[in-house]
Amino acid sequence: MSREFLMPSLGADMEAGTLVQWRVQPGSRVRRGDVVALVETEKGIIDIESFEDGVVERLSVQPGTRVPVGTALAFFEGEASAVPPAGGAQPVQVAPEPAPALAKAPGVPTMPPREPPPARALRVSPAARARASALGVDVATVQGTGPHGVITLQDVERTAASVSAPARPAAPAAPAQPAVARVGMRNAIAASMSRSKREIPHYYLQLAMDFDPAARWLETFNESRPVPERVLTAVLLIKAAALAAAEKPGFNGYFGASGFTPSASVHMGVAIALRGGGLVAPAILDADRKPLPVLMHELQDLVGRVRAGHMRSSEISSATLTVTSLGDEGTDVIYPVIYPPQVAIVGFGAVLERPWVVEGRIEVRPVLNLTLAADHRVTDGRQGAQFLARIRDWLTRPAEL
Amino acid sequence: MADESPSRRLTYREALREGLREALQNDPKVFLMGEDVGRYGGCYAVTKSLLAEFGEERIRDTPLSESAFVGAGIGAALGGMRPIVEIMTVNFSLLALDQIVNNAATLCHMSGGQCPVPVVIRMATGAGRQLAAQHSHSLEGWYAHIPGLRIVAPATLEDARGMLGAALRCPDPVLIFEHIALLNVEGELPERAVQVDIDHAAIRRPGRDITVLTYGASLSKCLEAAAQLSAQGIELEVVDLRTLRPLDDALIVESVRRTHRALIVDEGWRSGSLSAEIGMRIVEQAFFDLDAPIARVCTAEVPIPYPRHLEEAALPSVAQIVAAAAGLVAHES
Repeated sequence: MSREFLMPSLGADMEAGTLVQWRVQPGSRVRRGDVVALVETEKGIIDIESFEDGVVERLSVQPGTRVPVGTALAFFEGEASAVPPAGGAQPVQVAPEPAPALAKAPGVPTMPPREPPPARALRVSPAARARASALGVDVATVQGTGPHGVITLQDVERTAASVSAPARPAAPAAPAQPAVARVGMRNAIAASMSRSKREIPHYYLQLAMDFDPAARWLETFNESRPVPERVLTAVLLIKAAALAAAEKPGFNGYFGASGFTPSASVHMGVAIALRGGGLVAPAILDADRKPLPVLMHELQDLVGRVRAGHMRSSEISSATLTVTSLGDEGTDVIYPVIYPPQVAIVGFGAVLERPWVVEGRIEVRPVLNLTLAADHRVTDGRQGAQFLARIRDWLTRPAEL
Repeated sequence: MADESPSRRLTYREALREGLREALQNDPKVFLMGEDVGRYGGCYAVTKSLLAEFGEERIRDTPLSESAFVGAGIGAALGGMRPIVEIMTVNFSLLALDQIVNNAATLCHMSGGQCPVPVVIRMATGAGRQLAAQHSHSLEGWYAHIPGLRIVAPATLEDARGMLGAALRCPDPVLIFEHIALLNVEGELPERAVQVDIDHAAIRRPGRDITVLTYGASLSKCLEAAAQLSAQGIELEVVDLRTLRPLDDALIVESVRRTHRALIVDEGWRSGSLSAEIGMRIVEQAFFDLDAPIARVCTAEVPIPYPRHLEEAALPSVAQIVAAAAGLVAHES
């Protein structure tokens, strides 16, 4: 019994991707999380990971081929399957039947039930497609009930209403244009930011803090370490925001058709500007629970891979909250735009020497401006102020980070 | 429209005649000419009694030469008059195509605006009276192809009376298409005339599910279909195009954006047609709002047959409109 390895949807609007390179061959043993292939989307080239263990039986799509989401890219042998595939496996199954042959084979453990998304070319009305994009609904998950099974506006709206907790946030993207990746990325940014400003009632808070304790602590922390192991200010900021988010769930999660769903984990999206223009915000998973050196390593790895165009599929669609900083550019304050379906984004300005009142006297101190843009459907300014204050508190006690 | 003047029961034919009478009374430069419009009272009796009321100078019978009397009308318009020319049917107007397309439509433009041609040409159109293939066609879509002309199709009593006045006020040549199946339709009309425009389409029945775009005699079929489908929970929005050139894109697109579905009902044939043009405009301007393919109900692609049952089978029917509309919202689960 073969299992299909499908072209994944890496965002609500992704309709197709181009297979760039295989990282496995027939016979390769694959573990969950291994990179199986590189796929080009409008977000750049993404490393596609396997969600299962298994052995590659055969590859069904050649590099350079553009295929719709849901197309079988490869077939894996079942983990314990002793039954050879009956006849030629259909690469594209419109409605996969349960495998009766497997059930009859004695002693063969049955495969966990698994429903691949329909691999047929989806028939979606133009209005339904536009609505799905606006609502962050993946059309591959929608059951079409229109004439000839076409997915209609109503089907999309019904699906959106029934989605209680999105397992994976929809990363908005423009219609696929992989041939011009830069244009595609600009379109993706345009689509998600327009959606954000259209749908999310942002409120903004700003808090200036004395960064002296954190700066001094970091200096001491780094002094005793060789250069490659030193930690950047950005990592302190990410960790402080992640810890505060773990304490204030109203800023960490997703807003879907049924309202806000808080996330138990803090997957911190980090806005990374690309040198050729454009912006992505991949996530550092479980950022609140990782020590600073680990975060530093992951951030370096992430920035390097993003700029080289090697993001992992799990990274680009899993952020539960995002931080952004334009400190390198000397910008005092940043007023960021929330990345839907997230509900908040924290901005860090540059750390700049400014007059600061200390015990009734003016002193020169490194000052950092923290900003919060948050979704007023989920939280109010008072909670936002507490959230910002928690980030400040953590940065005031950096040794505890 | 809440006119306080009392209303009366009239036919579409009488409403057309009232429009003519008002035009003749209001402006001495207005006169009417055509085959049998005087002594005979018009082949469809629209102009009956006008000769007695206005005299031979203003109600003029013409020889059987469409080219000659349409040309004379164009000349009179160039000379400062406000002629109303009646052509028996659109089929016969083809004999005057040269005058209409090469002269009426062009002269204002070729003279840099110095020679406007404010002629009004009325003609009967459409099928349904067993008049066979040489008297029953709906060729208004052809004329709607021509820049320089304005094409209108009154579908209601109010428009039957009012569009003539608007046409006479228009500096361009205006062709009015009066559907023969409407002539005996009765309705209420206020005694005092209401001014209408010839620029805009009109929503005759609002609805949320499907925009039905139609005009002329097909309007009443669409309204009947809407009433039937309403009982099944499908609400048609019935749009009377009224003016076929220029089309009221704004209203058409606005309505389709709301309903996300469009059905075009046209007694013309579908090939190379007005319905094709409307469908294309919707695709150009509202593609991403469509939730279903655009549908059409048009006349079968045959010369209109003479036998009653074949004529009926060829024309758009209420049942076809109901089926086409229901097909756009059909559900498979």
